[in-house]
Amino acid sequence: MLGLLWLVPAIPFASALVLAVARLPRKVVAWLAVASIAASTVISLLITYSFLHTPPTGNAYTQVLWRWLDVSGFHPDIALYLDPLSLIFMVVVAFVSFLIHLYSTEFMIGDDGYARFFAYMNLFVASMLTLVLANNLLLLYLGWEGVGLCSYLLIGFWYRDPVNGRAGRKAFIVTRVGDTSFVIGLFLLFQQLGTLNIQDLMRVAPESWHVGSGVAVAVAFLLLGGAVGKSAQLPLQTWLPDAMAGPTPVSALIHAATMVTAGVYLIARTHVLYALAPSAQFAVAVIGAATLLLAGFSALTQHDLKRVLAYSTISQIGYMFLALGVGAWPAAVFHFMTHAFFKGLLFLGAGIIIQALHEEHDIFRMGGLWKRLPVTFWTFLIAGCSLAGLPLITAGAFSKDWILWGAASASQGSTGLWVAALIGVLLTSLYTFRMIFLVFFGESHTPVTKKPGAAMLIPCIVLAFLSIAGGYIRIPFAHFLEEVLPWTTRVAAAVPLSETASATAAGLVFLLGLVFAWFFILRRPSLAKSLATNPAGAALHRFWFSDWAMDWLYERIFVRPVLWIAQIGKGDVIDGSYDGLAILTQGGWRALRSTQSGKLRWYAAAIAGGTIVLIAVVLFL
Amino acid sequence: MNAVPMSDGLILGGILFALGLAGLLMRRNLLLILVSIEVMLNGAGVAFVAAGSRWAQPDGQIMFLFILAAAAAEVSVALALLVRYYRMRGTLDADTARGLGE
Repeated sequence: MLGLLWLVPAIPFASALVLAVARLPRKVVAWLAVASIAASTVISLLITYSFLHTPPTGNAYTQVLWRWLDVSGFHPDIALYLDPLSLIFMVVVAFVSFLIHLYSTEFMIGDDGYARFFAYMNLFVASMLTLVLANNLLLLYLGWEGVGLCSYLLIGFWYRDPVNGRAGRKAFIVTRVGDTSFVIGLFLLFQQLGTLNIQDLMRVAPESWHVGSGVAVAVAFLLLGGAVGKSAQLPLQTWLPDAMAGPTPVSALIHAATMVTAGVYLIARTHVLYALAPSAQFAVAVIGAATLLLAGFSALTQHDLKRVLAYSTISQIGYMFLALGVGAWPAAVFHFMTHAFFKGLLFLGAGIIIQALHEEHDIFRMGGLWKRLPVTFWTFLIAGCSLAGLPLITAGAFSKDWILWGAASASQGSTGLWVAALIGVLLTSLYTFRMIFLVFFGESHTPVTKKPGAAMLIPCIVLAFLSIAGGYIRIPFAHFLEEVLPWTTRVAAAVPLSETASATAAGLVFLLGLVFAWFFILRRPSLAKSLATNPAGAALHRFWFSDWAMDWLYERIFVRPVLWIAQIGKGDVIDGSYDGLAILTQGGWRALRSTQSGKLRWYAAAIAGGTIVLIAVVLFL
Repeated sequence: MNAVPMSDGLILGGILFALGLAGLLMRRNLLLILVSIEVMLNGAGVAFVAAGSRWAQPDGQIMFLFILAAAAAEVSVALALLVRYYRMRGTLDADTARGLGE
């Protein structure tokens, strides 16, 4: 059964090729796209069953397909590696992709680029599965760039609007900054250890480097740079809110559930390196904590439904980074899984709402939708509660409590990180319920023009179920991951709390956020307005709304200087020499053009003259 | 038998060739241009024959036969083209045939 592993990424890839090349009717396109992902999902579930039932030796399975290249000792294979970590990522990616493809068949039905959309989406799934299944970092990097490409293509999917193209380029260029750091890290790893096979690296690294050695820290930081770019963490988070220019299923699949967690996967996959570089691991935790707070504040001020969710995604990935940074490895992966369910669902719900209100994105122009879109409302509410962490019931609460507990008790945990995570819970609860109250309660501002069909509602219902049920598998989940990603424990807990007390604190903070949101949005909206309009509040609001003025800063620090250099570099010597060549060629063309008069006798004279010159040359020289 | 020196033959050929070339360059009538080309070919032929007789070799005369054959073929094609051209344009003026000019 495990031998079928290669089919998991191969089927979506084949389908992407067919969709890209062949011209097919819409029905066939939809069937092919969904069926290919469904096949992948079924195979990955079968593999999971077989993996759990009869675990392979060493609890890992490697499938070498062929040797990729072989250059003086560097010979990466096209090979897949399946262990509990990649298994979880594979199943979640395949399954969520399947649901979102199903949703998209109806969502995109009126679009001209139907086949193009599904070709990109299938290619994305294939790349993402390659990324998580790769057994060496080079193949992982191939998948990494593949998902980046698909992200770019899909953000700019409606390319006729230049704004979308610009958002796509921004995403591509900003993540490229991280990718460059990542690839330099790969060079360094290969130069030092002579291989890129992940398992070999994880075995050799602790033997070659002692804890805190310079090379280990450098490699860990370089890989972190890649992870930060892809996962939209501080300071490279600015691309994700703009990435919402793409179609909503794309936001759900790529910019919430799967691709943006690639950085989390990378760090979890190479966690041995971070254990060797405590300073880099601490940086991961600090970046995570800072990002979750900053993005949480930004989410509080957004008007655009999708941008609220985008900042929320950044913030939630911040939680995952925090968990990775403190050494609560399984908690990060668990939060990835629950986040894929509830954030995917929130985006799908947002897509339904936006279509129902005729492309209305502003949450202040929504309202009162709970009666008119009941299924959407209930599923969205479940996902929202899961995101905010409604205790004891929702999956999000389980994963978040686990991260909080990790921040308090795992090997790198500290009081500061725990408090940051707790404030994050308050922010999450506030912005989530602000959004839910504004969208579904109060009075209606825009009429509903379109009701969602079954293909759009079924994925929502399935994901809503998982947003609740996903939390109850925490203990078997931890057990399953134990060997690959062991939970690390601090000698003495940083925060003198038991796990239950930490979870209780989070639950209370969640309630506090809920009450605040209810008070400011539904009970006393005027109070919120006066808070946002007084000078200090307005300035803060503007500051948060613009993502802590990060775009403004980058525009001045990076974009303008580069453009300026390009401007002054326009007429330099090298350019001049090429211009000269062009002028020379043009002159030659003018001169020779006049000989092409079309006059027969001139041609004859030219031939005769030329012959005389030739003979003269032969005779007299 | 060895009466005519080679230089005389070559001079005659050169004169014929020069006359033909002058006609080719000065005439505007396509038919007369064709005639001029024939004259040039014959000039070349005379040179061949003179050279062949100088070294008492048959090659020169054989070459002239080849030239005759080539000229016959050329003329038949060229005349056909001229007929077509005249029907198309109603004139044989070479200076009107400027379709290839830019």
